[in-house]
Amino acid sequence: MDQNVDITMKVNGQQVSRRIPARTNLVDFVRYDMELTGSHVGCEHGVCGACTIRVNGDIVRGCLMLAAQAEGAEVETIEGLSDAGEIADLQKAFHERNAVQCGFCTPGMLLTAQELLTKNASPSREEIREFISGNYCRCTGYQAIVDAIEWVAEERRG
Amino acid sequence: MKPAPFAYVRAETLDQVFDLLDEHGDDARILAGGQSLMATLNMRLSAPEVLIDINHLKGLSEISCDGETLKIGALARHSQVLESTDVQTYAPLIAKTMPHVAHQAIRNRGTFGGSVAFADPAAELPAVTRTLGARFVLQGRDGQRTVVADDFFQGLFETDLKENELLVGAEIPVIQDGERTAFMELARRHGDYAMVGIAVQGRIEGDTFADMRLGFFGAGDQPILAKSAAAALNGQANSEDTIKKAQDSLDADLDPMPDLNGPAEMKMHLARVLTKRALAELAS
Ligand SMILES: Cc1cc2nc3c(=O)[nH]c(=O)nc-3n(C[C@H](O)[C@H](O)[C@H](O)COP(=O)(O)OP(=O)(O)OC[C@H]3O[C@@H](n4cnc5c(N)ncnc54)[C@H](O)[C@@H]3O)c2cc1C
Ligand code: FES
Ligand code: FES
Repeated sequence: MDQNVDITMKVNGQQVSRRIPARTNLVDFVRYDMELTGSHVGCEHGVCGACTIRVNGDIVRGCLMLAAQAEGAEVETIEGLSDAGEIADLQKAFHERNAVQCGFCTPGMLLTAQELLTKNASPSREEIREFISGNYCRCTGYQAIVDAIEWVAEERRG
Repeated sequence: MKPAPFAYVRAETLDQVFDLLDEHGDDARILAGGQSLMATLNMRLSAPEVLIDINHLKGLSEISCDGETLKIGALARHSQVLESTDVQTYAPLIAKTMPHVAHQAIRNRGTFGGSVAFADPAAELPAVTRTLGARFVLQGRDGQRTVVADDFFQGLFETDLKENELLVGAEIPVIQDGERTAFMELARRHGDYAMVGIAVQGRIEGDTFADMRLGFFGAGDQPILAKSAAAALNGQANSEDTIKKAQDSLDADLDPMPDLNGPAEMKMHLARVLTKRALAELAS
């Protein structure tokens, strides 16, 4: 059987069609085929969250979804959210509150934080911790990340 | 790591799924949410020739209730089950469980059916469906059959599913007046597989336990219904003595396997601690 597939999807608003090996996962597709290297690859088995990507509005593990499964979907990466200004306040808060050190986990953290804040406008610190529990950060110790998300939640409530 | 090469088919009909399963047998694998399968492929723990993506089959993701039975389609995502008001109303034990099943990005893809079919002894849903006396609907080319959870789970990652069958849904008896629920687990990181966990449903009439069902995960080679512990509770007053007897009878029910978290004896200890805490919550 054919081990390649034809796929068409929207990546950050742009329509793309490619023929790729069926085994290509979504995060490798955006990194190597789309040259969008903001999404990172850590563990490749769903544990670290560095590969977080948004598909049809929901965050997913880019390493646990085949690019072929995104056929017809709207795929958004950190580059798309960043360029659209959707998470400008989160990015600013992460920067100012020292919630970024090496930056490896940051794109995944930002997408996860954004999904939390769209679902829950006033999360407690405990709820923030639970929601980002699937994203590893080896640098910050999380405290600053929780601070930054909490601060943006307050700001957005006005 | 990257998976070994495979072919990929997005199935549109059940017939297409059965054709591919017949043709490729053990070399084909069903792909639901992919949240367990993709990880094992990436680690090359398995290398199927064909993946049959069932995500686009129609009518398998509904959640509905007729007042007696709550039906959850195999393709209902964990996040959909988590947010379902029917689940909150008719199966509060499942509602209490869902926040502990993996993390949001994984819950957005992982499916109810995938979790049940995978039958990980450390996973919550196999144990919880067993606690609730769920029935599973298995679809073959020539029709459906229904299997109760007690018969469905047969061993380590082993179920009654035949090679050419698909799990299409679960039927869960709705909670009855007076039934109470409790759910608890101990995990190193919220959302990860637990070291040990417990799900309880039952009654406390006056001061007396009745119709108790205690399910455990991470406590053996499959999801376990602790029948001796339930027998030690039913008909007895809620007292320190009764709870001690239930804790002691867990030795007959559970058979935890040592793993990276620790030895079997540690897990037995944690199971006893959780039992006491869960029964206290049930009574509160
Ligand atoms: C980091 C991480 C943490 C996790 N933590 C937890 C946790 O705490 N608790 C927990 O329960 N789970 C956890 N999971 C697993 C997650 O819940 C999976 O979604 C689930 O176990 C499998 O469901 P799936 O839909 O993703 O199935 P898939 O991965 O697609 O399939 C799993 C297996 O079941 C078979 N299968 C799937 N659907 C069907 C069907 N309808 N009929 C017949 N066979 C089928 C497949 O062929 C495959 O062999 C975690 C996963 C990750 C990556
Ligand atoms: S690379 Fe996907 S979760 Fe770690
Ligand atoms: S900032 Fe380095 S891993 Fe989070």
